[in-house]
Amino acid sequence: MVPLWWYILLGVALFVIGAAGVLLRRNILVVLMSLELMLNSVNINFIAFGRYHADFRGQIFAIFVIAITAAEVAVALGILVALVRNKSTLKVDDVTMMKG
Amino acid sequence: MDQGFFLLFATGSVITALTLVMARNPVHSALALMACFLQISAIFVLLEAPLLAVIQIFVYVGAIMVLFVFVIMMIDVREAVLQRFLPGGNMPALVLLVLLGIEMLALVLWSGRFSLTEPVTVRGGDQVRQLSTTLFADYLLPFEVASVILLAALVGAIVLAQKEQG
Repeated sequence: MVPLWWYILLGVALFVIGAAGVLLRRNILVVLMSLELMLNSVNINFIAFGRYHADFRGQIFAIFVIAITAAEVAVALGILVALVRNKSTLKVDDVTMMKG
Repeated sequence: MDQGFFLLFATGSVITALTLVMARNPVHSALALMACFLQISAIFVLLEAPLLAVIQIFVYVGAIMVLFVFVIMMIDVREAVLQRFLPGGNMPALVLLVLLGIEMLALVLWSGRFSLTEPVTVRGGDQVRQLSTTLFADYLLPFEVASVILLAALVGAIVLAQKEQG
């Protein structure tokens, strides 16, 4: 069988890669996709812990994470379309409308 | 056998995730993310969560990725957006990331709590049936709240994306 910490290490790797995408890229689309990657790494951890302790709550929380992610992506892409229509930019640094 | 499959899918998912961050074109990033989600759903199958694997493919690969690709096609990606990933461009963030990775690795490797090798055997019976019984009996209220949140997000996305009239 696969040891539990292999799954945790995979989650760590994907989370750090996703955080790198969020912090280092300047393209809003890639930032959003990296956020999806981070949420997926959390899901792997949930399901692995649930499997190794014979508890269904891990899978249930993963289902909720997936549902909330779907809502988040729909709203974020709606905001993105409105933003591009008004400012026609996709770079994170150019969006300073709320700076005051 | 299991370990071989796990190593295969884990390597594939890490490589596609790196491709997602490094790629110059957002379309390539989206395709790499789709491949990464497929690998992750295979890992869910290895973890004996078949329902989650199917949900992963339906929701992420079927719905969210199509939404991403649709939006990428709708807003034209200009040449100014196509900039390469520069690892040295943002030093504080890079240092923060390295610290985060080292911290999490240290926590996982030095703690004895994650050294389980054999999963606890689940009580007999159909796993998906038990999962859905738990979901709809003990977690009914969060389930309904999630559906209301999805409805609100649907309405909000329509309102945000429609053209201003007048």
